[in-house]
Amino acid sequence: MSHIVNKQRNILDFALSSLLRRKGKNLALVTVYTLVVFALASVMFFTQALKKEATLVLGATPELIVQKLVAGRHDLIPVSYIGKIKKIRGVAGVEPRLWGYYYDPLVRANYTLLVNDKFKLPPQNILVGAGIARVRGAYRGRSINFFSYDGKPLTFRVRGVLSLESELLSADLIMISPADFRRLFGIPEGYATDLTVHVRNHKEVATVAAKIQQFFPDTRPILRDEILRTYKAVFDWRSSIVIVVLAGALLAFLIFAWDKAAGLSAEERREIGILKAIGWETSDVLQLKFWEGLTVSLTAFLVGTILAYVHVFWAAAPLFATVIKGWSTLYPNFRLTPFLSFYQIAILFFFTVVPYTVATIIPSWRAATIDPDQVMRT
Amino acid sequence: MRKSSIFLVFIGACSLALGLAFLDAHLQAAGDLPYLRQEIKVVETLQLTDLCLATEARHTRHPSQADWHSPFQSHPGALDHFPSGGIIQPPETVIKGYEPHRQ
Repeated sequence: MSHIVNKQRNILDFALSSLLRRKGKNLALVTVYTLVVFALASVMFFTQALKKEATLVLGATPELIVQKLVAGRHDLIPVSYIGKIKKIRGVAGVEPRLWGYYYDPLVRANYTLLVNDKFKLPPQNILVGAGIARVRGAYRGRSINFFSYDGKPLTFRVRGVLSLESELLSADLIMISPADFRRLFGIPEGYATDLTVHVRNHKEVATVAAKIQQFFPDTRPILRDEILRTYKAVFDWRSSIVIVVLAGALLAFLIFAWDKAAGLSAEERREIGILKAIGWETSDVLQLKFWEGLTVSLTAFLVGTILAYVHVFWAAAPLFATVIKGWSTLYPNFRLTPFLSFYQIAILFFFTVVPYTVATIIPSWRAATIDPDQVMRT
Repeated sequence: MRKSSIFLVFIGACSLALGLAFLDAHLQAAGDLPYLRQEIKVVETLQLTDLCLATEARHTRHPSQADWHSPFQSHPGALDHFPSGGIIQPPETVIKGYEPHRQ
């Protein structure tokens, strides 16, 4: 056993010396390789963490939302629909929701205004998200002006700022009383933005949704599962876009690595010839090349992955968070909870270390099987 | 010291650092649990449906709620002109298209 270990260590020593002889070229290769692994791992870590957080958090959204559509567009839904929906078997409750958007020309940002009965807000008092507080300086006790649907100015007093920890969800939110909401947008009593439906048995949600659409063909039921699927697709799409942007660099690296790994230089061929001439077996030469390949790829993989972890979870991914998070004036400021799995690391390992290591062995095997005399002469 | 020893120590240190990253992720996730619970509570209480990622247009602020026409809201045939529209995927059915199956 110790004989095998010793032999492998001797070959590794020789492989490292061989790599150090072409220091500049190999250092450049390891640097570029590390950067490629870093970029891929960063995208992977970031999107996985976002996906996981979205799935976890949005698992608490209403199980069924009913919108009214007019000419293909979301329209106000009459509250009178509630009575008939409540009568559907399996429905535990139906609640109207009031929410909408307000464009603030002062900071050129859209706010989401939301009414919630659990927050008993006095008239002309609002709660604002941390993003709005930052952009508008709307902190507790300050006043903020909005223009109502008919152009009249309305002044609201900021009663508080929603928690910083929930900024991923509430950066642009404004909580407002129902009366103020209706006054601001001119929405008559008897209408809501949409309805949330609570179903007793989760398995019956799709059936209830189908029945609602049967009773009210002008509605569009949205299931919680659809919301979760949407977010999975959104992040897959976004990470794909980053990968596409990186594809140019990735291809350039592949050409570089393939050229380096697959095409042996005359010097390397001569080296193989000499090794064979002084008594190295073909298998020894292959082991040497395997160690050379593994040294480069394993170093790049480990360093790249660790740097990506630090970049995403310690430094909040400053290099490409803007692309993956999104583009907006009210930029949500949030820190991701790291979700790291062996599966992710294994995929990364398989796609970065294995191809390079294999690519180095094949040409060496070809060179190592030729007669040493012929190899040294060419 | 042999070159292989230095290399093996380096790889060992890097592997240890990667292991520590796993430990760090686990500890951070455990530490963030109260915040995650708070986020879940916010979603539950406010009956929220979407993450606040891009606020510029309704189909990017509420991708799960916006109607399919909203990216092209200005007039029929208009192109989606919001920057974040480029990084938020349209619904699956739109990508697949409405062409009937060919036998």
